Amino acid sequence: MTATLSRREWLLSEQPASRRQARLGQTYRTWLALRANPLAMIGLAIVVVLIVVALLANVIAPYDPIVGGDLRTERLLPPSLTHLMGTDEQARDIFSRIVHGSRITLMVVALVAVIATPIGLLVGTTAGYFGGWVDTVLMRVTDIFLAFPRLILALAFVAALGPGIENAIIAIAITSWPPYARLARAETLTIRDTDYINAIRLQGARPVRIIWGHVVPLCLSSVIIRVTLDMAGIILTAAGLGFLGLGAQPPQPEWGAMIAGGRRFIIDQWWVVTMPGLAIFVVSLGFNFLGDGLRDVLDPKARK
Amino acid sequence: MSALLTVEDLRITFPTRQGPSEVVRGVSFTLGRERLGIVGESGSGKSQTGRALLGLTPPPGTATAKRLDFDGIDLRNASPKQWRALRGGRMSMVMQDPKFSLNPVMTIGRQIMEALAFHGRSSRAEKKARAMAMLEAVQIRDPERVFRAYPHELSGGMGQRAMIAMMLVTEPDLLIADEPTSALDVTVQIEVLRILDALVKDRGMGLIFISHDLRLVASFCDRVLVMYAGRVVEELKASELDRAQHPYTQGLMNCLPKIDNDTRPLPTMTRDASWAL
Amino acid sequence: MSALLEIRNLHVTFGAGPDAVQAVRGVTLQVAEGESYGIVGESGSGKSTVLRAICGLAPTSSGSILLGGTELTAPRRAEFYRRVQMVFQDPYASLHPRHTVDRVLSEPLAIHGFTDREARVERALTDVGLGPSFRFRYPHQLSGGQRQRVAVARALILEPRVLLLDEPTSALDASIQAEVLNLLDRLRSERGLTYVMVSHDLAVVAHMCDRLMVMQHGQAVEELTREALRAHAATTDYTSQLLTASHGYTKAAS
Repeated sequence: MTATLSRREWLLSEQPASRRQARLGQTYRTWLALRANPLAMIGLAIVVVLIVVALLANVIAPYDPIVGGDLRTERLLPPSLTHLMGTDEQARDIFSRIVHGSRITLMVVALVAVIATPIGLLVGTTAGYFGGWVDTVLMRVTDIFLAFPRLILALAFVAALGPGIENAIIAIAITSWPPYARLARAETLTIRDTDYINAIRLQGARPVRIIWGHVVPLCLSSVIIRVTLDMAGIILTAAGLGFLGLGAQPPQPEWGAMIAGGRRFIIDQWWVVTMPGLAIFVVSLGFNFLGDGLRDVLDPKARK
Repeated sequence: MSALLTVEDLRITFPTRQGPSEVVRGVSFTLGRERLGIVGESGSGKSQTGRALLGLTPPPGTATAKRLDFDGIDLRNASPKQWRALRGGRMSMVMQDPKFSLNPVMTIGRQIMEALAFHGRSSRAEKKARAMAMLEAVQIRDPERVFRAYPHELSGGMGQRAMIAMMLVTEPDLLIADEPTSALDVTVQIEVLRILDALVKDRGMGLIFISHDLRLVASFCDRVLVMYAGRVVEELKASELDRAQHPYTQGLMNCLPKIDNDTRPLPTMTRDASWAL
Repeated sequence: MSALLEIRNLHVTFGAGPDAVQAVRGVTLQVAEGESYGIVGESGSGKSTVLRAICGLAPTSSGSILLGGTELTAPRRAEFYRRVQMVFQDPYASLHPRHTVDRVLSEPLAIHGFTDREARVERALTDVGLGPSFRFRYPHQLSGGQRQRVAVARALILEPRVLLLDEPTSALDASIQAEVLNLLDRLRSERGLTYVMVSHDLAVVAHMCDRLMVMQHGQAVEELTREALRAHAATTDYTSQLLTASHGYTKAAS
């Protein structure tokens, strides 16, 4: 009988026979809900394209992103079949630069997510679960970090450590975890006094097990939603730093820096700034669509 | 006895991922100026029935009926304007928990007076007098204080009384009470029921009392509809409940523990699939 | 008859200063091994707080709680949780929404270092009448009655001697309530468990418990046996009121 079950039926079974089937079934249900939301699927598609482009940049990009062509004949060419998005003032193919720039964008996004999310979750759930002075200390520290203006802190960092994309990422990560900590704390406050947490306490579980195994999974979805929605802002900040010349350094093909470099030609050679601008716009939009879709699927409060 | 409310073949459908699901499947009854109880367990469709009578089926649900007449008015195609005049005016509903039905940032007095303002114009002094009289009628000992109080300043029993006062101040012809006392302590419960009982008697209202508690409904109402899986499985006089024919009604009666006799183990129900057909 | 569980002059106060709420004010009771003891009262009477104080979820302001003759420490020792467990009121709130039944049942075993987890989980499910097919379901795939059975299985998986029942059936439909009460009754007689059960429903307590205490405003109003309750031999007005109210509405009264 098992053999005749389709994969779909196996996943949606109300009587899973193993841990794996239960978990996969749950994931599949979430996926089905997400799939029903067209905007979320557009967002997901954009993000997937970004990842694929970043991974296969060497294959996709027709030209070298750093070394340009003939400076006498190939500078500032308009978009054509040989140069899909035209060339810039150093005769470099803009399309190739944008393709390679996706790597930097993806790295910024991934590193900020990997650094800020765990810090925010850990600080927030710990403060919320223990309350009292632990809460006071952790949340005041959070407030201090929250008080730093992101761009100014990045400026200070860059001034101290020298310009570069790494320092920009560190600065962005340091200023982006406090909202996640606050969010996680607020969620934890409503979770910690529920009966299922009381129940596991009565089984003799220690705080680390309760926070990690019981509280964090419930905060995770709202934090993931928030991080996804914040991604657009993070990309824009990174681009802003690049534009100011404090993020990625020339000749690295960072989208913000590309706009900065092209702004002198904005009237006559519009494509030099428009193309990286479009790339930033599309990727930010993609993350926002995906975040909105995830909220509808994962956030129990938004569910009807 | 002329019918105040006639319901014929009421159906309520909610769309789900697996296709539309009917939560109420052809409920019919008539109501005079009497107390009718609707009893059922969770998911029986009793609350949805009550809401549909006031046109309050929550979207995306839809309610259809062959007939839905309230005192000669066809409710099926009543305009929003007609509904506004009816709801809170000639038909009212008391919900389970006063906390969710009273506006937390408005005093009780203002809420009661607002209910009056929607339905008939009168001077402020007159409205206040009627509100105070109503608060006294629901046996609030210190109506002046309650009039000025905010909902959170009242206990559960007090809040539910204020709620009833608000719903009854327009002197409706029909009151739908959905588990009006379930959130209250047993001793308070009886007092609130007593107030409802007196008001129904004095003003000749029709009352639909929706509850999961068969024992309570039987002791309070004149007639009882027993609902199961969206259908009325049995309709009988409250006084004749012990002569119930349907196994589900019998099961509901028997499965309650009783103080005076010790049946061990308690009889449980084997739900017959044919009940839900 | 020596008491397995004893509470001496328990006070529980929440908060401090002018906002302090005295939830329990001087409650004393004794429960013998194998006995089933009920606490009845209306909301705010402090009945649930007594249960929560026993298992350490509510602070003991003064007085003492003894298990098997030894006073309990705060916080409770790990060994305490193997002897006393609790079933909560609302089965929709007492199971973690993202954990399967399997995880709910095997986690206590992992905490206390049991090795034969597989067998114990399967047996626990069978004992509460669910069977192994429920093992990998999530709470949202279960009905209210099934959830409460899982909660009972979770409470019993560490094989405690004392089970604290906080309104275990008040969130359930009447017919499901009967099933869960029967299950609790059967488990008690099979395993010789000691129950302390809290409820607002006098009939439920009368059905389940040998002795009961009526509480009001944080204090014990009276303690009586099931037989006394059946004979309507209540000595205080409040208990008589509760008794009358539990028979339903009487029209003739006014």
